[in-house]
Amino acid sequence: MSPASTPAPGAPAAVVTRAEYCVIACAEAWRDNGEVLASPMGPIPSIGARLAKRTFSPDLLLTDGEAMLVGLDGTPEGWLPYRQHLTMVTGGRRHVMMGASQLDRFGNQNISCIGDWSRPTRQLLGVRGAPVNTLNNPTSYWVPRHSPRVFVERVDMVCGVGYDRAAAAGPSATRFHRIPRVVSDLGVFDFATPDHSMRLASLHPGVTVEQVREATGFGLSVPDEVPRTREPSPEELRLIREVIDPGGARDREVRS
Amino acid sequence: MSDKTMTTDEVVSRLHSGMTLGIGGWGSRRKPMALVRALLRTRITDLTVVSYGGPDVGLLAAAGRIRRLVTAFTTLDSIPLEPHYRAARERGAFELMEVDEAMFMWGLHAAANRLPFLPVRAGLGSDVMRVNPTLRTVTSPYADASSGVREELVAMPALRLDAALVHMNRADRLGNGQYLGPDPYFDDLFCEAADAAYVSCERVVDTAELTKEAAPQTLLLKRSSVTGVVETPNGAHFTSCAPDHGRDEPFQKLYATTPYAEFAARFLTGDEQAYQSAVRAWHKEQR
Repeated sequence: MSPASTPAPGAPAAVVTRAEYCVIACAEAWRDNGEVLASPMGPIPSIGARLAKRTFSPDLLLTDGEAMLVGLDGTPEGWLPYRQHLTMVTGGRRHVMMGASQLDRFGNQNISCIGDWSRPTRQLLGVRGAPVNTLNNPTSYWVPRHSPRVFVERVDMVCGVGYDRAAAAGPSATRFHRIPRVVSDLGVFDFATPDHSMRLASLHPGVTVEQVREATGFGLSVPDEVPRTREPSPEELRLIREVIDPGGARDREVRS
Repeated sequence: MSDKTMTTDEVVSRLHSGMTLGIGGWGSRRKPMALVRALLRTRITDLTVVSYGGPDVGLLAAAGRIRRLVTAFTTLDSIPLEPHYRAARERGAFELMEVDEAMFMWGLHAAANRLPFLPVRAGLGSDVMRVNPTLRTVTSPYADASSGVREELVAMPALRLDAALVHMNRADRLGNGQYLGPDPYFDDLFCEAADAAYVSCERVVDTAELTKEAAPQTLLLKRSSVTGVVETPNGAHFTSCAPDHGRDEPFQKLYATTPYAEFAARFLTGDEQAYQSAVRAWHKEQR
């Protein structure tokens, strides 16, 4: 049975997929954010942001991916060309969830290149807006395939600034710096430790601590009792499956 | 008032090797591609290119015309990684000044306002500072009222340009330029930051036509910061130029998957008209 189909009366509800836990974990990033721009990058964060706006964070602003602020039905409500978008970033009324080609234990992120910057073995996107994002508005990360190649001891090029690097750069760097969470296909992570190193905050159901440790290229802080990522409500499942992502883009990004 | 209309070849005849050249648009959006193609027909090389990079950077990199690139990224949008840019970086083909998107914008603002730098928070703590060892910081003369801290920020240097190339939807013969899509990008800043600015457009119209159906705030470029105007219908091809035309996705895919020499041999040996008919012929083959 496909997750989108309605179960027959009396039949058990379709099982919650890993991708759906990821959607819930991403949506939670924008809880209690108030009237700010949610900037999700990638399919599952986009579904998560829309779910948050449809349920517990109705004041969020969303864009059409270009220059318009739009409501859930696509009605334009504002204009946000790139230059104004950058002011939204530096003014702080935004919470972005970026991708990461590499991410280290203090939350430094790389999307620029792999290898020596002066002659990379693999050129990627470039720093893009990661430096301005991380120093100015809350920046979370989404990693669809948790592996030691992404979660590394040291990133090759610091694009998004982590806690150690921000601290070393001084009060102008730390003033508005915050990394609320990292969501991967295995769990949710934060930096709520004394030295701001990465901590396992919750495991998606079906994932073990051992699996996470094996897939992480640095020593992760793991509490004695690791919570499970919360269950979606029946209404949330209906919204994800029937309203926001009936085409199943989430299952193409994270397979069960 | 002078008529500033000229041909693409006249534009590139005013450019020379070693120049610092700003290219407007963003990624694979409203790039002055006809002007870039005209540049590729010359022997002009050794350029410092300043661009929110897209296939403009890819083509110039593949043709070996870039000595130094100033950018925050290079992308084809629907295809995230620009293959020619990527190959050029991986063979160490040019110098790179890699800065953040906002730093880049403030560099243009500084140049447009004839300031040596503007302070920005972006860049602090990141490896942008490591890979650009000439970047300096500046300390505020004012203490923060609550913390008493005098903030230290990045002093983003002005990105002054010898010439700028941008593409508009409409322009008049005097150099007033109009965008009709959803985003102006930073094309006015590129023109104001440059000693000479050349504007290609989908259509040259009478001045009175500019505001007949469009609102006055679509008039992005003032003639005082524009040197030359070129009418190049479909001149942003294969990037998007809303509302006149979207991105030519199948052709962009062809560009991204064809070795440069092969692509250039088929599409870039003749003039702009030859390019446009070669594109039409290619589309006909695909049907």
